Amino acid sequence: MSEVRTLIVDDSSVMRKIVERALRQAGIDPLVVLEAGSGTEGLEVLKTKQVDLILSDINMPSMDGLEFVRQIQLQNLAPGVPVVMITTESSEEHVKQAIQAGARGYIRKPFTAEQVKERVLPLINAA
Amino acid sequence: MLLNGVREAAIAKKRAAGTKEMESAMAVSLRESVQQVSDPRNLDASVEEVFHMMLGVECERTPGPLVMEPESVTAVVGFGGLLSGACLFRSGGPAAMKIAAAMTGMEFEEIDDTVKDGIGEICNMLAGAWKGKVPELSANCGLSVPAVITGRDYKLHVQAPEFQLHHVYQFGDSYFEVTIICDGLQ
Repeated sequence: MSEVRTLIVDDSSVMRKIVERALRQAGIDPLVVLEAGSGTEGLEVLKTKQVDLILSDINMPSMDGLEFVRQIQLQNLAPGVPVVMITTESSEEHVKQAIQAGARGYIRKPFTAEQVKERVLPLINAA
Repeated sequence: MLLNGVREAAIAKKRAAGTKEMESAMAVSLRESVQQVSDPRNLDASVEEVFHMMLGVECERTPGPLVMEPESVTAVVGFGGLLSGACLFRSGGPAAMKIAAAMTGMEFEEIDDTVKDGIGEICNMLAGAWKGKVPELSANCGLSVPAVITGRDYKLHVQAPEFQLHHVYQFGDSYFEVTIICDGLQ
């Protein structure tokens, strides 16, 4: 597998570490992680860095994950790059909103490394 | 005061999610499923799920009140929408540090920002897992971002809620309590 540059967007630094650990446990290697604490910060990262995968929380202050994904599309910041939402919100309505906004996958918190692997690996392999 | 602020944040977030969703929320009522919403087994299952999946530890519900240590950590996540209220997580300092250590793989000697962040996330996942047990609640109830309080010898007061679940759990030799407060149900 070639290097996978992954942007993890979550207002919790602990959760960003947990997601990174889950990606490593999922066998994504070599993995380069970029971090952002909000949607606004995430957009700034994408303006200057190329990534292969974006994982974003939904429930964040400043700019939430759904608006972050909409802005990625509107500003054409990461064309073709899969976005996966990782969130405590798990209703059908939330999944629908995320997909409509442009997300390609959805992982509910709490999650296992195996679930991250199942949702993320096919997207990386297809890219 | 604090709880009101967290609940208002959750209600505002739910309103901001859009008129269409609010309209659909208004057509649904939780009044008839109050027994399902207040089923204590949902809270136990949520706690077990979060601790097993995110920390790799098993925890079990224990009787009796939590013996509070002088220094404690409390996290609050507000509910807004069909149900208004809050999810509270509370533990002594050493238990909070053990939880954060299990989440991050790091060791902690004080309740620093990482410990507070970790406890806030645990509370956020507990609130999400709990509301996810009831489909109407999952779709029509929003969560606020977590607020975390640390300090010594403080008490939490809640005015007559519609219902309240208050459980104490143990993992290893550590204890914590989780409280669900519902003060409004549509």
